[in-house]
Amino acid sequence: MLDFINKLFGKDEEVGSKVTAKERLRLVLVHDRASLSPQLLEILKEELIGVISKYMEIDRQELEVNFDSSDDSMALVANIPVRNMKRTAEN
Amino acid sequence: MGKTIVITSGKGGVGKTTTTANLGAGLAKNGKKVVLIDADIGLRNLDGVMGLENRIVRNLVNVVQSDYDFDRALVKDKKSDNLFLLPASQIHDKDAVSPEQMQEICKRLIEQFQFDYVLVDCPAGIERGFKNAIAGADEAIIVTNPEFSAVRDADRIVGLLSSEGKNNIYLIVNKVRPSMVSKQNMLSTGDIIENLQIKLLGEIPDDEQVIISTNRGEAIVLNERSKAGQAYRNIVQRIEGKKIPFLDMHSEENFVSRLKKIIGLN
Repeated sequence: MLDFINKLFGKDEEVGSKVTAKERLRLVLVHDRASLSPQLLEILKEELIGVISKYMEIDRQELEVNFDSSDDSMALVANIPVRNMKRTAEN
Repeated sequence: MGKTIVITSGKGGVGKTTTTANLGAGLAKNGKKVVLIDADIGLRNLDGVMGLENRIVRNLVNVVQSDYDFDRALVKDKKSDNLFLLPASQIHDKDAVSPEQMQEICKRLIEQFQFDYVLVDCPAGIERGFKNAIAGADEAIIVTNPEFSAVRDADRIVGLLSSEGKNNIYLIVNKVRPSMVSKQNMLSTGDIIENLQIKLLGEIPDDEQVIISTNRGEAIVLNERSKAGQAYRNIVQRIEGKKIPFLDMHSEENFVSRLKKIIGLN
């Protein structure tokens, strides 16, 4: 309905292209900044392995940590195959 | 004690060289002793923007290759007695100067020649020329435009400067069109700062007078009637540590508002 009213008053174009630019920019900067340091991702991976290994036995070879990006969001996705659970947490 | 400021951007064509020339002219007008270094080796342009292209004898590369003999390398500005240019070489490439040599140049200009400000005009890009240009800098000014690519590149530059330990980074948003910003069709300076998270030094309106001044090899900062000139003068004051309120460019006068003012409606 609002769309229709906007079109009626010729406002469709004027919703502001900057809103689009700003949102695109926000996302691309998240990606750019994340892709800046593969080294940091590697360190993160090692630390993750360390923490999770205290609670379960995992397959280090198959472990994957990546940034997953869709159109409007970005996620850190970790795929960690579990071999066995530990009964008590190690320290 | 003088300081070295690099003017950089990542993206080309945003107004680095024009900004360098105007900040230099403005600081010199305020009585400071200023030298501008054109670090864009192979593509020199600062000489032309300053109208000094016919006065060059020796250049940055010659100075480095002659064990820092600055004789006839510093070109004095036409209007100001305390503004100088150290031009780039047009025939060498970016490898002709190393970051260490650039640091030495900046150091000598401050210690030996007593300059208050050394402004380095950085080439576009993030390769060798960029690394050389930022080597001797205490502070960095990033010039950007209110558009996607320019802001994105500016963000890369912030990252690269930080990784080199340069954390005094300031932003100038150039070529702002207030009427487009108010119609929400151009990124506002607030939007840009929100993304880049660095300190704002000022915004410069897109002003035809800048092109006219550049054609003549003159500095817009000396033009009392230009809005861009006023914006540059304010930035110069901020560089000197003064607190100057930001220019309200959105009060741009048009025919209707002038008419309203005349008949007392405003």
